[in-house]
Amino acid sequence: MQRTLLTIITEASLERRLIADIKTHGAHGYTITEAQGEGSRGVRQPGFEKAGNIRIEIVCEASVATQIALWLKEHYYRDYAMILFSHEVEVLRPDKF
Amino acid sequence: MSLDPVILFFLLGLAAGLMKSDLRLPAAVYELLSVLLLLAIGMKGGMAMSGVPVLQLTSQLVAVAVMGLVTGLAAFALLLLARRLPRSDAASIAAHYGSVSVGTYAVAVAYLEYLGVSYESYIAAFVVVLEVPAILMGIVLARGLKPAGGWPSLANEVFMGKSVVLLLGGMLIGIIAGPAGLEGIAPLFFDAFKGILALFLLEMGLIAALQLGPARRHGVFLLAFALVMPLIGALIGAAFALAMGLSPGGALLLCTLGASASYIAAPAAMRMAVPEANPGLSLTASLAVTFPFNVLVGIPLYYRIIQAFWPDAGA
Repeated sequence: MQRTLLTIITEASLERRLIADIKTHGAHGYTITEAQGEGSRGVRQPGFEKAGNIRIEIVCEASVATQIALWLKEHYYRDYAMILFSHEVEVLRPDKF
Repeated sequence: MSLDPVILFFLLGLAAGLMKSDLRLPAAVYELLSVLLLLAIGMKGGMAMSGVPVLQLTSQLVAVAVMGLVTGLAAFALLLLARRLPRSDAASIAAHYGSVSVGTYAVAVAYLEYLGVSYESYIAAFVVVLEVPAILMGIVLARGLKPAGGWPSLANEVFMGKSVVLLLGGMLIGIIAGPAGLEGIAPLFFDAFKGILALFLLEMGLIAALQLGPARRHGVFLLAFALVMPLIGALIGAAFALAMGLSPGGALLLCTLGASASYIAAPAAMRMAVPEANPGLSLTASLAVTFPFNVLVGIPLYYRIIQAFWPDAGA
């Protein structure tokens, strides 16, 4: 069964707000890991307060992924370091997502 | 006069960072050190607070909250008059400079203890009061009454941030347990205070060095502001200390608080509430320029000035 895996890489300080956003748009769960890297907004390195990045992964229905992506694009892209990508994944328990 | 060894640790970190050493304390260690410092400062303040009349303490706390706003407004006015930065950046930087750095405060405390000068320990309570008002002021100056993300999540960020929780929590523990009760944990929090501070400053030196790269990119104006603003803040602190009748040691602490700029609470809150402000500008000014300036030059300088002019400095 196919579901969509949406991956968001963004500033650690947004964590709580994004969790709320994701839930509002109907995702049933998410996974967050610490991340670091470099992009158009410079090197983002963890270690000092909330200067690092986080990587949020959400497995959900395609329509939910689209909704979340549009919301994030509208509300965060302009001012925050954020990238987002998605692809189809195979899951064994589609009812869970 | 010889240099307090904790300052040498800061210089070591700074030098290692500038020479691109791979030295870094693990993030969890930095986190633990800052927790220990915040709790130790809070508890010291709490223990001292029981001896202070409530009315005097309350009126001083109100005065100090006003001081935070005055310092922040002075920074904002200076930046607006210079016409170099957009209003949101000016407001965000003003919030950083009106708010305070607990790390800088800890260095001033260590400096006084190194010199054997007494001070009013309950000033730790001022640190908590100084953190918040300027942040709220900066948000209002940038966005009026409409912070991004809304007030509830912002209030949570500002009032439940780690520095406010640990300082206030430590203070309550200090008040409830009292000096006798805290004897058992004194070796970790009070006896080891300078050792913890030394390690913390080593890491701060490394972080400041990392921030110096972007500092050069932001140009001379920001650099000049980050050097001049602490002097103005220290003057404001001195005026308030004089009005409150603090001892020379206490006056140094209040000057240092006025001169210091936040790099923990303010960046997190401003990033959330004023996302259009460039976080690089304020953090670079506060971490790469103002923090090292205060630690290396400011604190001894402010104390010299206080010694020269304070009414009962000789007593």
